[in-house]
Amino acid sequence: MGDNLIDSLFIFMLACFIGFEVIRHVSPLLHTPLMSLTNALDAIAVIGAIVMVGERKSTFATVLGTIAIVAATSNVVGGFFITDRMLKMFKSSRPNK
Amino acid sequence: MNQFAGSQYVIEAIYLIASALFIFSLKWMSSPKTARHGIWAGEIGMLLAIAGTLLHHGIIDYKWIAVGLVLGSGIGIPLGMVQMTAVPQRTALSHAFGALCVTLVGTAEFYLRTPNVPRFMMSVLSMEVILGGLTFTGSLMAAGKLQEILPQRPITYKGQNLVNFLLFGVAVVSAVYLVLHPEASYLFPLILGISVVFGVLLVIPIGGADMPTVISLLNGYAGLSAAAMGFVLQNKLLIIAGALDGSSGLILSVIMSKAMNRSFTNVLFGAFGQVQAAASGGAEAKPVHSATAEESAAILSAANKVVIVPGYGMAVAQAQHKVRELYDILTKKGIDVRFAIHPVAGRMPGHMNVLLAEADIPYDRLIEMDEINGDFPQTDVALVIGANDVTNPAARSDQSSPIFGMPILDVDKAHTVMVIKRGMSPGFAGIDNPLYYLDNTLMLFGDAKQFVGAIVRELSGGH
Repeated sequence: MGDNLIDSLFIFMLACFIGFEVIRHVSPLLHTPLMSLTNALDAIAVIGAIVMVGERKSTFATVLGTIAIVAATSNVVGGFFITDRMLKMFKSSRPNK
Repeated sequence: MNQFAGSQYVIEAIYLIASALFIFSLKWMSSPKTARHGIWAGEIGMLLAIAGTLLHHGIIDYKWIAVGLVLGSGIGIPLGMVQMTAVPQRTALSHAFGALCVTLVGTAEFYLRTPNVPRFMMSVLSMEVILGGLTFTGSLMAAGKLQEILPQRPITYKGQNLVNFLLFGVAVVSAVYLVLHPEASYLFPLILGISVVFGVLLVIPIGGADMPTVISLLNGYAGLSAAAMGFVLQNKLLIIAGALDGSSGLILSVIMSKAMNRSFTNVLFGAFGQVQAAASGGAEAKPVHSATAEESAAILSAANKVVIVPGYGMAVAQAQHKVRELYDILTKKGIDVRFAIHPVAGRMPGHMNVLLAEADIPYDRLIEMDEINGDFPQTDVALVIGANDVTNPAARSDQSSPIFGMPILDVDKAHTVMVIKRGMSPGFAGIDNPLYYLDNTLMLFGDAKQFVGAIVRELSGGH
């Protein structure tokens, strides 16, 4: 348990650094799609809800978990969908000139 | 038992791949050329992770999982099809959904484990629920304000900050007590309840112009709460995804608050609207120069370099497609037309870029503030459409102005400034704009869409 905790903290710290480095290089042009994309990725929380619902430990957990799956899945589907729609619109003037 | 362990290794391997794909996904967002690969990487990572999770040996019943996935997809599709002008409120709503998921799982996890919750787990669990709860209601409030279901003006009252601090303090103290005394499970609903109320109180005093910062901040909180959930569930993929999302939200909110020359605390506890009474008094009857569409068309066609400055007003008037026609017709005449994008123009980071891209304006014509500011003295016409505070020269010179120090687009340095505006009312921040009274400024009074349309008609008929 203790080791797991330390491992997790290391992972968290490293992921934050990677996040800062990667996001810093995102063009300000794309800040809106960036936000909808990170939103979709963040909805990976759905996997926690899936396990909770699947284990059926209590009715309470199953009910809350199912609502959680609905909420997160709508972010996954909606988030990727709208990010894709946005990015399709970004065109350069160079190719058609 | 061996078989179980085996499937666990497969799942961990899949999560490892998904983590790498998520990082690639964000990395490819660095340029519009590779950005769509980024979506594919994200989608594949997500599909793998969900499919892998379904292999989890503890899962004995798939019925409600399937119900949740199907219902969620059913809600997600229309949410992915909203108009581009509605993207800010959609984004706020999706932060609310993400936070809802995290909060519900955290709550259920607590009641499954109580009263035997180890201290460390209880502390991350409280963080998960506090951040999740306040992000849920805070984002709903933000979405309501953006959708104009709720008033956009800041709502403030005496002692607001004190009330907020006290409430938040009670939640944190209760959480600490619960960590030390896990049997005090009656505190959990209190912590959850306060977080939910706190989210509402946090966003109530925030006005429309501050929305880009607030949305980014809520984005960051949503990510951090997901990372906390990863700690609770000992799920490394979740920790990584949450950390990525959290750092993204925090970086964006730093960029946004810098672009408004304000600190985080100032955005959250400052309630911008309070200063307006002092600032807008005595600025009533100064003369302005106005022009008709015909005159503006003549000036534009005589120009060599034109910079268009779009703001939220352009989005409200749905004028972006007319602006595209204007761009086309001027470009055909050999005039160099570019767009100057202020970081906080619009209601969320990058909002203007998306609206203009939707109207088919090439992205290499959209120029960031720092890059274009030096070009204004060589610009013949700066055409301001629905932007106000981000062009206010008082931010450079008037120390008494509430926006003093905020980086602005130096449109006043252009040879001619044209401002399309409905009337002389001040902007969202309620601050008078001296730009309108300059000798080189022409006010074009009218609806942005109609006025740009009228200019386009003059330009296409007039040669």
